[in-house]
Amino acid sequence: MATSSERSPPPFPDSEDQDVLDPEDVGGRDSDEEDGEDLFLSPSDPPLADLDTPLPLANQPIEVLMTPPSDIMSDLLIEPISCQSEIQSASEVVTEPSDDFVDLTNNLTEEAADNVAAAAQDTAIISLDEPSDDFVDLLGSETEALQEEAVVVVDVPADTATDKSEGMGSDTDPPGEGKEEVEEVEEVEEASTAAVFDLIGDSGGESDSNTQQSPGIDTFVDPLVDLLSDTPPAAEAQKPSMATIDLFNEDEGSDLFSDPLLTMSARQPQKSLFGETDEDLFGEPLGATSKKTINKEQKDKTVTIKAAAVGGGINITGPLQEINPAEAGDLFTEEAVATVPSVSSTSTVNSKTNGVHSEEETDIFAEATVELSLDSPRSERKKEVMAKPSAPAPSLSATASLAKPQSAALEEMDEEEEEEQEDQFEIFVSVKDPEKIGDGMTAYMAYKLSTQTTLPMFRTKTFTVRRRFSDFLGLYEKLSEKHGPNGYIVPPPPEKSILGMTKMKVGKDDSSSADFVERRRGALERYVQRVVNHPSLLQDPDVREFLEREELPRAVSTQALSGAGFLKMINKATDAVSKMTIKMNESDVWFEDKLQEVESADQQFRKLHALVESLVVHRKELSLNTASFAKSAAMLGSAEDNTALSRALSQLAEVEDKMEQLHQDQASNDTFSFAELIADFIRLLGAVRGSFDHRIKAWQRWQDGQAMLQKKRETEAKLLWANKPDKLQLAKEEIAEWEAKVTQYEREFDRVSATVRKEVIRFEKEKAKNFKRQIIKYLESLLQSQQQLIKYWDAFLPEAKAIA
Amino acid sequence: MTSSLDENSKEKMRSVSVDLNNDASLLIDIPDALCERDKVKFTVHTKTTLSAFQKPEFSVPRQHEDFIWLHDTLVETEDYAGLIIPPAPPKPDFESPREKMHKLGEGEATMTKEEYAKMKQELEAEYLAVFKKTVQVHEIFLQRVSSHPILNKDRNFQIFLEYDQDLTVRRKNAKEMFGGFFKNMVKSADEVLISGVKEVDDFFEQEKTFLLDYYSKIKDSTAKAEKMTRAHKNIADDYIHISATLNSLSADDSTANKKHLEKLSDLFEKLRKVEGRVASDQELKLTELLRYYMRDIQAAKDLLYRRARALADYENSNKALDKARLKSKDIPQAEEHQQQCLQKFDKLSNSGKKELTGFKGRRVVAFRKNLIEMAELEIKHAKNNATLLQGCIELLKSN
Repeated sequence: MATSSERSPPPFPDSEDQDVLDPEDVGGRDSDEEDGEDLFLSPSDPPLADLDTPLPLANQPIEVLMTPPSDIMSDLLIEPISCQSEIQSASEVVTEPSDDFVDLTNNLTEEAADNVAAAAQDTAIISLDEPSDDFVDLLGSETEALQEEAVVVVDVPADTATDKSEGMGSDTDPPGEGKEEVEEVEEVEEASTAAVFDLIGDSGGESDSNTQQSPGIDTFVDPLVDLLSDTPPAAEAQKPSMATIDLFNEDEGSDLFSDPLLTMSARQPQKSLFGETDEDLFGEPLGATSKKTINKEQKDKTVTIKAAAVGGGINITGPLQEINPAEAGDLFTEEAVATVPSVSSTSTVNSKTNGVHSEEETDIFAEATVELSLDSPRSERKKEVMAKPSAPAPSLSATASLAKPQSAALEEMDEEEEEEQEDQFEIFVSVKDPEKIGDGMTAYMAYKLSTQTTLPMFRTKTFTVRRRFSDFLGLYEKLSEKHGPNGYIVPPPPEKSILGMTKMKVGKDDSSSADFVERRRGALERYVQRVVNHPSLLQDPDVREFLEREELPRAVSTQALSGAGFLKMINKATDAVSKMTIKMNESDVWFEDKLQEVESADQQFRKLHALVESLVVHRKELSLNTASFAKSAAMLGSAEDNTALSRALSQLAEVEDKMEQLHQDQASNDTFSFAELIADFIRLLGAVRGSFDHRIKAWQRWQDGQAMLQKKRETEAKLLWANKPDKLQLAKEEIAEWEAKVTQYEREFDRVSATVRKEVIRFEKEKAKNFKRQIIKYLESLLQSQQQLIKYWDAFLPEAKAIA
Repeated sequence: MTSSLDENSKEKMRSVSVDLNNDASLLIDIPDALCERDKVKFTVHTKTTLSAFQKPEFSVPRQHEDFIWLHDTLVETEDYAGLIIPPAPPKPDFESPREKMHKLGEGEATMTKEEYAKMKQELEAEYLAVFKKTVQVHEIFLQRVSSHPILNKDRNFQIFLEYDQDLTVRRKNAKEMFGGFFKNMVKSADEVLISGVKEVDDFFEQEKTFLLDYYSKIKDSTAKAEKMTRAHKNIADDYIHISATLNSLSADDSTANKKHLEKLSDLFEKLRKVEGRVASDQELKLTELLRYYMRDIQAAKDLLYRRARALADYENSNKALDKARLKSKDIPQAEEHQQQCLQKFDKLSNSGKKELTGFKGRRVVAFRKNLIEMAELEIKHAKNNATLLQGCIELLKSN
């Protein structure tokens, strides 16, 4: 439910969205299939035995649904149903879910032109005993027929729905989004309807005149009747997918949606796209266009698949039937194959909902989403989908479905790497040439910020600006204020260092000052690079301004001793207090585990940092001691009266001198490549924890809202009891208001949770990548110094041997 | 703590700072030693064909104090005044590893089990190294005495080797300790006094300046080298902690980073072993060499002092003779004394010259050997390190 609710979700890059989807596709499938099997074996069995029992079958899924949906259905059904009315009523009923979603569902229903979904719808209708006349007949005898029929039926609504949704869009939706969606839908519809036409060769003419329901149906009745025998498998196939959806929807209480979803299992991938990510896309101007085309492509695909599936389903029925009685499991997989698109798409939906409604998830799902949502090659997905229809439906047996996830997984890996390479070259920011500006206590360091990019969002490919340290801090302040509460992990900049700055200001040009400046420069560079590597943050206008704009307004609030700084301190203190007081009973194991992991990692990294710092100290000590020994050895060499030995000793002194330099270089490598890397991680882990805190805050708001709602309800009850109608009205209004608020808070919490989850996963991936890169760099520096060492001693060896 | 030395590890340890002319007629080694609290019992094993000994092969238990006694008797023997008496082995010092062990025990709570075990292991290794070194310096002392054509005939030395009971050398009492201290004071004062005596031989004049200078330099170098090797050791110890922390980090990590951390932890574990070897080899080949020659030079300086003393004595006897002649009294005694002094001085000068020349040769050879060995070991370890690093980098890059 929450999926649909976001009106203005944070901007998302295409790649991210895709990422989320695809993995689910792969991972979710397994789990779904399992679930589906378990759930549906029983329902699916009866149909096999009795072809005439479509009613119970249809009923079962509906039973699974919560009450509201069934009401809706009944409403729908009661009216002599044109699909339009159905949809409309559905949308009316849909009060809780956001309006966008209604549209979505509408769209989806339209798109349900795909047979499978449609058939499901029909079955549901039939079971309720209030179908349109045409349908009753058909359904009573064969559910399969319904499938075909459904196609027609759905086609009709498809067109009408577009009209409707346009209308609806203006009524209920924030116009901008609604419009876009509608447009999309239209596109999709066109594709789907076209497909449908192809499917139903006979009804080509009728489908043109989709708006008139009855003719279409009539025409179809006959062929459908012929297809009686086919019905059971098709029905079954639909059912599993439906049921799985129901399961998930149940928790959310938005059965309303689940119905449309069920009917349009094929549509679901899109639905999820629309529900969550697409909106994001739309919110973000850049992504929108590309996204749309993608959607279209996907839709086309699904449509074609459907076509294949339908054809397959009809043709195969014979073999299927044979198989079915034998093994329920096989049956299912077979069916799954026939309805492959629907199954796989449902899985996406499921995992999607999981991602959003984290509370209800089982671990398996959580895991699946976690691991899979990382990668999302859309092309791969395409391939996958395309591959399915191309294979002959009957032969697409269990093995095929097994093989798919595997190959998909492989592809994903490749894809992932490609992706990595890709985004490495998209934008690169370097911080260079620290320069001291001014004198005395007002002096500051300015850094040259050069950006190289191939991204079209920037005007030029390379540009350079000068920024001072507080500008970097200011950027962080802005970003964390904007994106922090949404659960984003905003990369933190290096801390202010009063000591280091003062030293620099005083103008000491000693090594520690240079060390400090270099350390900070490196930290700033990594910080900016992290920001621009973050797909969402890169879109932030402040980031672009920071990178591009010549003059930046001075960031004042970053000064440690300013009033703003003081306020910040107070805020931090209150945050800390509230953090202590808020006891969140974490219902999501994933978050609990992650938080623990993050905390222990934080602790360990701190320890490691201290150790590496002490390594640096020891290395410097060694360097110092080596230097003094070198001097001493040189003296000893001069005192030695044996010429060869004297020479060897002074050579030794030289070697030790070089060694000193080596140790010193290594010490700075320890610092810059290793200690700084760890320091970065510690800072980042802090940011991760911050995002967890934001999630808890969102949760707290939701809980508070609920408590308030509860209180209002109590007040209402009291008023009711006291019989004070005038106040009662007010109380009711308040309740309605708070209900809306609670829903909004809940959605916000869900959204923050989802974002945090995604961010943490992204962070971990980045961390691993970063760590590896940095460590390799560090080890290479170690290796180099060892090689130098070999060289020096190798040169010394003949000298030692020359001592006579 | 009790530990004993096994034969082969000792062979390896014989980095010996001196090149001994191994005379097969008298072979001495310390195959075994036992450390009880702060006392170390060495088993001194002798194999000989010399008729001066009753048996061809025998072993006796000796303590550090017995070695000191032997050294002191050699120094005090008038006949050996013209020789460089091999420097006495330093007192066994297990304080530093013990102290470290104690510190480690205190810090146990802050470390993981593995980390603690590794640190302990490291300290034990260090302790063992100190122990081996102690045995070695005692062995070298005996070997140097035995390889000296004059000193190996010494009666006390032979008793030291042969007497199969405890020598029960009295520990020096307070008075003697003070006496020793006083003697040193007198000696230093005397050195200053006789420094005014005009040197008659250029060789000794040069030798004296050289040794004085060299001694101060080598003393400084020894201290610096010690510090350097200790710093190196610290780095090896840091690697242990880093490795352990990385390890526990990887245990908590469930992401792709886990493998990296594990590998890195392994790497540091291996690196610290190599780094530890680098430190201990530097200690053995460089610091020990310098330390030994510092003591040897002190012995050479002592020889010079004895000769200078004899020279002063001779000058004095000359003056006494002149006086006697002037007074025409006790001339024969004075002449005899003057002759004696002259003789003694000449003898000292001759053997001293020989000894010092020999010492120079010995020193050069020892330095050559040790420096070559050290350079080779450094190269070996660095190559080892490089291979480890290379391997780890490739591993990381490959996945």
